[in-house]
Amino acid sequence: MDTLELLVWLIPLPPLLAFLIILLVTRGNKLLSDIVAVAAILGTWGLSLTVFFNAISTEHLGEHPLRAAFTWLPLGESVETSFQIGAMVDPLTAVMLFFVPLTASMIFIYSTGYMATGHYWTEIKGGHGHDDHAGEEGDDHGHEMVVDSAGRNLVRFDATAWKARFMALIALFASGMLLLSVADNLLLLFIGWEIMGFCSYALIGFWHNRVYPNQPKRITPMFAGIKAFMTTRVADVIMLLGIAWLYSYTGTLSFREIMYNEAMLHALESSAFPNIVALSTLTVGGVIGLLLFAGAVGKSAQFPLHTWLPDAMEGPTPVSAMIHAATMVSAGVYMIIRMYPIISTGFHGHGFTPTMQIVAGIGAFTALFSATIAVAQRDIKKVLAYSTISQLGYMVAAVGIGAYVAAAFHLMTHAIFKALLFMGSGSVIHAVEHGEEHAHHHGHHFPIDFDAQDMFNMGGLWKRIPVTAWTFLIGGLALSGFPLVTAGFWSKDEILADAFAHAPAVFVVLAIAAFLTAFYTMRQIGLTFAGEPRTHAAEEATQTDWRMNLPLIILAFFAITAGFVGVHQDFPVLGRLLGENPFHHFVGGALLEHPETLAFSFTPLILSIVIALSGLLVGWLIYVRKPLAAGQEDPLKKLLGPIHTLLENKYYMDELYDWAVIRPSMWFAEKFVYLFIDRGIIDGILHFIARSVEWMAFRNKDFDTHVINGGADQVVEGIGGLSDSFKYVQSGRVQQYLAVAVAGLLMLVGVFVWTLFLR
Amino acid sequence: MDFPFLTVITFIPVLAAVVLFLMPDETKLDPRADMARITTLKTGYRSVAAAATFISLLLGLWIFFAVNQFYNSGETSLFFFEDGRWNWVPQLGIGYHMGVDGISAPMVLLTGLASFTGVLISWGIDDRPREFFAFFMLLVAGVYGVFVALDVFLLFFFYELAIFPMYVLIATWGWKVTREYGAMKLTLYILVGSVVALVGVIAMYFVAKDAGIADMTFDMVDFMRARDAGVYDRTFDLPLGLGLATFAKTWFPFIFIGFGILAGIFPFHNWSPDGHVAAPTAVSMIHAGVLMKLGAYSALRVAVMLLPEGAKTHLPWMVFLTLINVVYGSMIAMVQRDFKYVIGFSSVSHMGLVSMGWATMNLTGMTGAGIQMFSHGVMTALFFASVGMVYDRAHTRDIPSLGGFWHRMPVVALAFIVGGLVSMGMPGFSGFVAEFPIFVGMWQAGQTIAPYYAVIAIISAIGIVVTAAYVLRIVQRIFFGEFDPSKWHDEITDVTVLDKLALGILVTWLILVGVFPSIMQPMVSAGLEPIARLLGGA
Repeated sequence: MDTLELLVWLIPLPPLLAFLIILLVTRGNKLLSDIVAVAAILGTWGLSLTVFFNAISTEHLGEHPLRAAFTWLPLGESVETSFQIGAMVDPLTAVMLFFVPLTASMIFIYSTGYMATGHYWTEIKGGHGHDDHAGEEGDDHGHEMVVDSAGRNLVRFDATAWKARFMALIALFASGMLLLSVADNLLLLFIGWEIMGFCSYALIGFWHNRVYPNQPKRITPMFAGIKAFMTTRVADVIMLLGIAWLYSYTGTLSFREIMYNEAMLHALESSAFPNIVALSTLTVGGVIGLLLFAGAVGKSAQFPLHTWLPDAMEGPTPVSAMIHAATMVSAGVYMIIRMYPIISTGFHGHGFTPTMQIVAGIGAFTALFSATIAVAQRDIKKVLAYSTISQLGYMVAAVGIGAYVAAAFHLMTHAIFKALLFMGSGSVIHAVEHGEEHAHHHGHHFPIDFDAQDMFNMGGLWKRIPVTAWTFLIGGLALSGFPLVTAGFWSKDEILADAFAHAPAVFVVLAIAAFLTAFYTMRQIGLTFAGEPRTHAAEEATQTDWRMNLPLIILAFFAITAGFVGVHQDFPVLGRLLGENPFHHFVGGALLEHPETLAFSFTPLILSIVIALSGLLVGWLIYVRKPLAAGQEDPLKKLLGPIHTLLENKYYMDELYDWAVIRPSMWFAEKFVYLFIDRGIIDGILHFIARSVEWMAFRNKDFDTHVINGGADQVVEGIGGLSDSFKYVQSGRVQQYLAVAVAGLLMLVGVFVWTLFLR
Repeated sequence: MDFPFLTVITFIPVLAAVVLFLMPDETKLDPRADMARITTLKTGYRSVAAAATFISLLLGLWIFFAVNQFYNSGETSLFFFEDGRWNWVPQLGIGYHMGVDGISAPMVLLTGLASFTGVLISWGIDDRPREFFAFFMLLVAGVYGVFVALDVFLLFFFYELAIFPMYVLIATWGWKVTREYGAMKLTLYILVGSVVALVGVIAMYFVAKDAGIADMTFDMVDFMRARDAGVYDRTFDLPLGLGLATFAKTWFPFIFIGFGILAGIFPFHNWSPDGHVAAPTAVSMIHAGVLMKLGAYSALRVAVMLLPEGAKTHLPWMVFLTLINVVYGSMIAMVQRDFKYVIGFSSVSHMGLVSMGWATMNLTGMTGAGIQMFSHGVMTALFFASVGMVYDRAHTRDIPSLGGFWHRMPVVALAFIVGGLVSMGMPGFSGFVAEFPIFVGMWQAGQTIAPYYAVIAIISAIGIVVTAAYVLRIVQRIFFGEFDPSKWHDEITDVTVLDKLALGILVTWLILVGVFPSIMQPMVSAGLEPIARLLGGA
């Protein structure tokens, strides 16, 4: 193991150490905890860049990746079948090592600023709740208690109270993601995967005592955390079954031994269900691929398991950036890109396999489906949440049509500009919250349910927070695919070009989604920044914390430039200038079978430019040219009518799941399994036997009293006398029982000793 | 091995019971006049119990690492640290023979962990502590005895020795509402099961004797000789002219399920939640943590190991029972209002995975089951300890009434969350190291035994999802949320240092095995290898 390979192992370590140090040592000191966490992630960034630059200068990295492994879980009979745990850097991991530590570092720095101020409402039970928090950090005695419409006693709670713990948890989160990125096998990947699952639960529900005044039905952070964890858990278990199958079929989980092994890949092409005619075209690899893909459906929030992601916005905004850009949702896509040879088992350049069709179908559908929902959202973060789901759909669809290099490209650019957008939205929210407090001091009255995330409470923020506004605009244009100067354009265009060449149906769906993406992005920018402020809070909004602005500027730079590494080599002028698509050649080497290079074509290029620009134009016409006045309704509402209600309510998917899955299974578990079978039948039989025996005993007693009485009286009385003298044994005194027990035991030991040694 | 480690481990608790019995009785003293003396005496009782369990724990640790070392150095011996074999009742072929292998050594360690931490968290028991600890010591001795006995009759002897004090402990110190019902239900179920199994073992003994096995005794080694001679694969005439039957195939279900009752196998699991809930905390810990493993362990050791042909015939259908265990137990756990019943039913679910592991009949799955016995034992002891700590302060276990206990007892909340992660099978904790091989084993069995094994693996995955649901429900309802101080009569205080120590010990092992599975996995695997080979799965 030379130094460089050792470095690969070290990459996930600094944040893990930061987690432990903060939790065990510095948790009482916010500043120190900030420093520990940021230093750790910057250290990791440095390590990653060292490895990254070494990796990109290595010839044929795909054939000879950096690797270091040891045995972790010895399983089965021999060394060959035991689980090796190893770290590896191949081209795909190198890409991850470029953008994950970059975005994570920015998010860490941003968090130190974001988590430094703020309040939220919390419920106080039992009337005099204040003594409950006596002495606890972050208790806020300065605010009075109010009673909301649901009759709850509420006070303002200091949102910064647990900042040190927050830094510790996001450090663990980053560590999980980096572990997943450098893993050289599916098991280690899964470990990182589950670390993130747990952290997402803890971080989404981080403000676990938060409630929303006057909205008792609204989901709270606590429940959002549980929902996220449970939904992804369902998917993880299916994925685990896939891993178990893959392992028992191939005897290994190492990426290299499966993906870089022609014999193995060929073996996976045999039929999974040879005895079932209808399913005989499914290959073993295809079915395993589907099971693994299910894991990605949960983690990357694809339809139908996407519902956790919008609710995950209940977490503090840096968490949203972390989960929805840099780490968790990227992990799902990363995994299916990594597993592409398995997912595409039996695919040799033409004729998509059933597995690929399902992957492409779900991805494309999700891309369009959630783009339509995003159009009708009021909450600034919810728009971004649905846009994330939609963009992930692009990547999944790209994998499904075999364009995994394009998927990896979009994964990278999306992580950068989506982190930028989320942090921008957090900056906006903070600014409006500050504005609310300022306005409060100036005597303006606010309802307790004033929502600082509702875009209809904003407007005119361009002049108040220019850094945020400019960077948000850059991020938004990248998301929309604004031609030539944004990273999003190049990556999205590559997916669309691939779809155009291989799967026209997918292209049509993705193109419509691209139009909607550009439209809702412009709507969001218009509602937030354009026109005049619609509330006093927006009027007095401020945000000047450099810890929040610096990451925005850095990411905005990458949101423009990161796309230039993947420009098609035949693109007029630029292709030659930018090194003939280095990204494609680099990542393409990650697999045994190098992907073909798509011939350059103007049709999809022009189509995608037209689509993006027209979406932006429509949005500009509605929301920027004529900015909304205070209290004015969304013009879209009149335009779409009942469809708008349907979209605003997310197609009632949550209600459907509640009605079709959660309630029936609770009913089944309680009424049928527990009360009917367990307590009814099984205990019923037992109690019946007990009663019968008791009944028979009483009948025997009657028989005894009436029939055998008389003549046998003398005998009975004699026995009675005997029992009288024995009954003292049954005294109910535990000491006496104990004496008997010990005596009996001693007797046994005595007999034993006697038989053994004395006889 | 000259020093009789196993005998000492087993009989130190007995010695402690005797010492406790000889100590002065504090109830004879006048509480007004001799308060100081009473306090001293009670501390004395507790210290005796703690010392005894601690010495056994240390010796158990020594055994654990020594056995590990033996396997690593390539020793092929079947058993280690043997004591005996000595004749006990030679007329009946009953002897005294103890020894451990890779399967039982972790169980000995588990017993040590659960009993020592059990004593620590029972420090506060004020009602006749002398008797409580004395019975507790007898119980512990019985449990140790079963795991180290190599004579089948001796195994039964200790098995019953464990059940008797259990009854007294539950009926006397248990939860007032259901303690008599729970104790009676538990005792009857287990007694019936053990009697059935005992009849089977006696039949095995006589069949071997009739077949002319020289010097046949109840010793495990003799039974193995009889097995290898093919005695149990012979056929015999059924009465009433019902035709021919094979001995192993006829008796296997009785012996396996007879012991399996104590492992909570469906539909004979119902004693377990009621019994756990009725029991005092330390007894629940031993009971769910260790006693249920007696059933699974004995079922493997006697039924599967000695009657492999029967196992090959019957385990392929019994795997359906284990599936019901896993899914059914977790579903019931999800809808309980009583905190302790949730944990009680979760044990039914998790023990189903152990039986499922046996039913895979291959080394991978069985090794998973062997680790699951240890992992579940430590985890459940941790769960019941946490439940007890909450209950001792709140005096209720009704989930909707509780909330916010994290504010008052953060260490308990943290420990419970670790236990919860283990129970969900999170990587990095022992639960994953146990459950993942079981699933891999099920897939392998799907290819070698019958395709429906794979289907069962898929359905049992529901159990894992539901487990996450009930664990999160408890974490959120009991430990998070807002604390309502006006609800409780007494001040809710943090747990004592001893409680924290106990939780710390248990948590350490859950993480240790999860992060370094190689301290346990190879030995369990090596211990199971001969059995798996008999079943054709190694």
